[in-house]
Amino acid sequence: MLVFILRRLAQSAVVVMAMSVLVFAGIFAIGNPIDVLISPEADEFERAAAIARLGLDKPMHEQFIRFVDSALGGDLGTSFVHGVPALGLVLQRFPATLELALCAMLVAVVLGIPLGLWAGLKPDSLAGRVIMTGSILGFSLPTFWVGMMLIMAFAVTLGWLPAGGRGETASLFGVPWSFLTADGLTHLILPAVNLALFKLSLVIRLARAGTREVALQDYVKFARAKGLAPSRVVGVHILKNIMIPVVTVLGLELGSVIAFSVVTESVFAWPGMGKLLIDSILQLDRPVVIAYLLVTVLLFVVINLIVDLVYSLLDPRIRLGGGRA
Amino acid sequence: MSTVMAKAPAVETPFLRLARDFARSRTALAGLAVLVLIVLAALLARWVVPQDPYDLAQLDILDSMLAPGSLGGGGWTYWLGTDDQGRDMLSAIVFGLRTSLLVGVVATLIALAVGVAVGLLAAYAGDRVDGLVMRLVDIQLSFPAILIALILLALLGKGVDKVIVALAAVQWAYYARTIRGSALVERRKEYIEAAQCLALPHGRIMMRHLLPNCLPPLIVVATVQVAHAIALEATLSFLGVGVPVTQPSLGMLIASGYQYMLSGDYWVSLFPGLALLVTIVAINLVGDRLRDVLNPRLNH
Amino acid sequence: MTEPLLRVDGLKTHFLTRAGTVKAVDGVDLRLDRGEILGLVGESGSGKSVTGQSILGLVDPPGRVVGGRVLFRGEDLVGAGEKRLRAIRGRRIAMIFQDPMMTLNPVLSIGTQMVEAVQAHETVSRAEAWERSRRALARVGIASPDERLASYPHQFSGGMRQRVAIAIALLHSPDLIIADEPTTALDVTIQAQILFEVQKLCRETGTALIWVTHDLAVVSALADRVAVMYAGRVVETGTVAEIIGNPRHPYTRGLLESVPSRNRRGVPLRSIPGMTPSVLDLPEGCAFRPRCDRSTGACTAMPELMGDREDRAWRCWNPVGAEARGDAA
Repeated sequence: MLVFILRRLAQSAVVVMAMSVLVFAGIFAIGNPIDVLISPEADEFERAAAIARLGLDKPMHEQFIRFVDSALGGDLGTSFVHGVPALGLVLQRFPATLELALCAMLVAVVLGIPLGLWAGLKPDSLAGRVIMTGSILGFSLPTFWVGMMLIMAFAVTLGWLPAGGRGETASLFGVPWSFLTADGLTHLILPAVNLALFKLSLVIRLARAGTREVALQDYVKFARAKGLAPSRVVGVHILKNIMIPVVTVLGLELGSVIAFSVVTESVFAWPGMGKLLIDSILQLDRPVVIAYLLVTVLLFVVINLIVDLVYSLLDPRIRLGGGRA
Repeated sequence: MSTVMAKAPAVETPFLRLARDFARSRTALAGLAVLVLIVLAALLARWVVPQDPYDLAQLDILDSMLAPGSLGGGGWTYWLGTDDQGRDMLSAIVFGLRTSLLVGVVATLIALAVGVAVGLLAAYAGDRVDGLVMRLVDIQLSFPAILIALILLALLGKGVDKVIVALAAVQWAYYARTIRGSALVERRKEYIEAAQCLALPHGRIMMRHLLPNCLPPLIVVATVQVAHAIALEATLSFLGVGVPVTQPSLGMLIASGYQYMLSGDYWVSLFPGLALLVTIVAINLVGDRLRDVLNPRLNH
Repeated sequence: MTEPLLRVDGLKTHFLTRAGTVKAVDGVDLRLDRGEILGLVGESGSGKSVTGQSILGLVDPPGRVVGGRVLFRGEDLVGAGEKRLRAIRGRRIAMIFQDPMMTLNPVLSIGTQMVEAVQAHETVSRAEAWERSRRALARVGIASPDERLASYPHQFSGGMRQRVAIAIALLHSPDLIIADEPTTALDVTIQAQILFEVQKLCRETGTALIWVTHDLAVVSALADRVAVMYAGRVVETGTVAEIIGNPRHPYTRGLLESVPSRNRRGVPLRSIPGMTPSVLDLPEGCAFRPRCDRSTGACTAMPELMGDREDRAWRCWNPVGAEARGDAA
């Protein structure tokens, strides 16, 4: 197990390195932040001073070495636009995104697994068909459009929920959270549902497909032949088997939820990292984009590692059998 | 035994059989019909809509922000209303559809070509090449498409061609993985061994023997990916990093109508959104059915 | 004759598929006394497994029991509600399935799967249920049962898993065990062991057994009586001695002639010509007619079960041995 974790860690380090090189090279080669950052009316002297200050006059490899060196020390440069450390800027926005993403996952799992089980056990029933049609829609609808419709319906027309922002927050561990206040919760509902929609459809599909497959297995029939109640057959024998793929995929999807929060945050003006990324891209704020990317890559790596561990806890064949093929 | 085998059903080409299986689902047929209409409308855009929405000479600023069904100064009715420049929304949507479909289909085709080439090569070469390519694919697929596309567009800038490049770059890995999977299975079968024994050129074995047998899953993935590409393009344009204002796609139309939507002028945003939705659902319905029909394992 | 433990009358289980109605079981009659071992023999597709599952109402959709009665201790299980069936499953009638690799849930420990089986029918503490499971494992010859209870199925060999399944079946000392080809997936040596032990355990506890198999040799070593199935119907039934020594249905005779035997050294083995008919497209009348060398015009009508006793009967217009005996073999 320890070897397994160490090997995974080494792999992850390589991925992080490769990504940082790619990102840096890409941004250096194509974007030109000077044009954006320095006003066209500035004279030559001001330009040169700014370039020297930002290190943009050095050759590419030197800039990169400088970048890696300071990155290891936690310094990913200073935002061109905000004038504060980029990493700090990203991290400061991180809790808002994490809160949104976790709430969305919660919605997806809490609704998706029961719905998927139902649709899988009774695929030909009306409810089963409605659930599946709903999940096809959930896959098809672009997130941003659904978000707009949600605002249209619940904020503009009905006026039940706020259209954007985080609302009132309360502090926990020195970080502001929306879910701790009633006002914050009302602000959280629409974006969380919006972000959850795609994953909800995914969970429904996975749970349904898993249920249909598992329900035909001999061990389910054997469980029924033992005289077990349907609640136990479904709730233990089937559920535990379909949880393996669902948890795996969901864990891996947490990263993509965080990435997709870019869209939801833009629609709902949710002040998370995603919105920061879009603003920074539009303003060619290179250090912030890089900081966002590296934080996200790191996040993905950690998430994948955790998923692998949880997976092995759920499936005794892996937990006890040692390695995987 | 042989006498029983001889009683096989009457000769039927695979295509006919597929078509018949496909037609058994009425929802899928409806999806196909809608899709055909959409594609026709997009192809014949210039002839099916009342005005060319990007010919400024045809626009009348006095007609701006008219509600659906209003009578315009030109004497015709704007069935879906007009936008802030007096543009007929119906015309704008059909033209937007054109851009969206163009981007989605071309990006998918490019990605398909690249993915198939890489995947087939990996599967056929095996060993080191395979390991390296698939590691690359794994890493790319572990990052969400939208993130990669965003970053690429942040680097490349705006433009229809750039969006196509970004979408193709995002998608190729799916095809590479899909075709490699089936090619690895096919490769072990006797007919490939037979072809190799005949000392046929590698290229010929790959293209004429391996590829056709790996097509079904690829067709399914490609169909669904067109819908994904269209949705992704719309999202990117909505975020402001996609197509330029001069050649708006559906996503762009939705985004530019957003501000009016909150003040109650819903039609500028709603109708392009519905058009997008119908397009994507139609493609997905067709794709879903294709998967069921092409995957004998799921047929019971 | 006293009321038998189990009596199946005209049982019909059909599968309503898109391609048509599959009459997997189409009028099966069986009877079984307490403590008796019945071999239910047939080739794949003959409906023998579906018969076993129909008795306990375990047929998955699109399959459905559409007719007949299953009288278990005088109670008709076909009309019984799900709740009543649940009380009988595992407690009065237990089942063992074909593939031991598939019958135990891979993600639950053996202990969990046994304890839940105990607690499904009796309100006992977990400790008590655990103890009962331990004893059950010991009874089927599994060493260090405590350790085994904490293990997961993949840590067991096929034979061990089947022993576990048998132990689970025996937990509540049922009146009847339906064993659906429980040794087919096992090695030959393990097969023999399991066979021997099941027989011993049934005799010891007075449990009746329906042993579903395609293997006449197994049945002849194990069973008291045999019912031979073909295309969803019982075509012949009798004691083992009667079936082996004096088969009346041509299909039974064909089966016997295709099995190598020490007693018929030098006689060439024969296979039954043709293939099992598709259940979607059964011939009119006797389903065996197209493959039968004794078929006549009469065979286009479905023969009723005929014979001297209720438990010695055959479904054939031209039974073997109706004229001179010993013509074929």
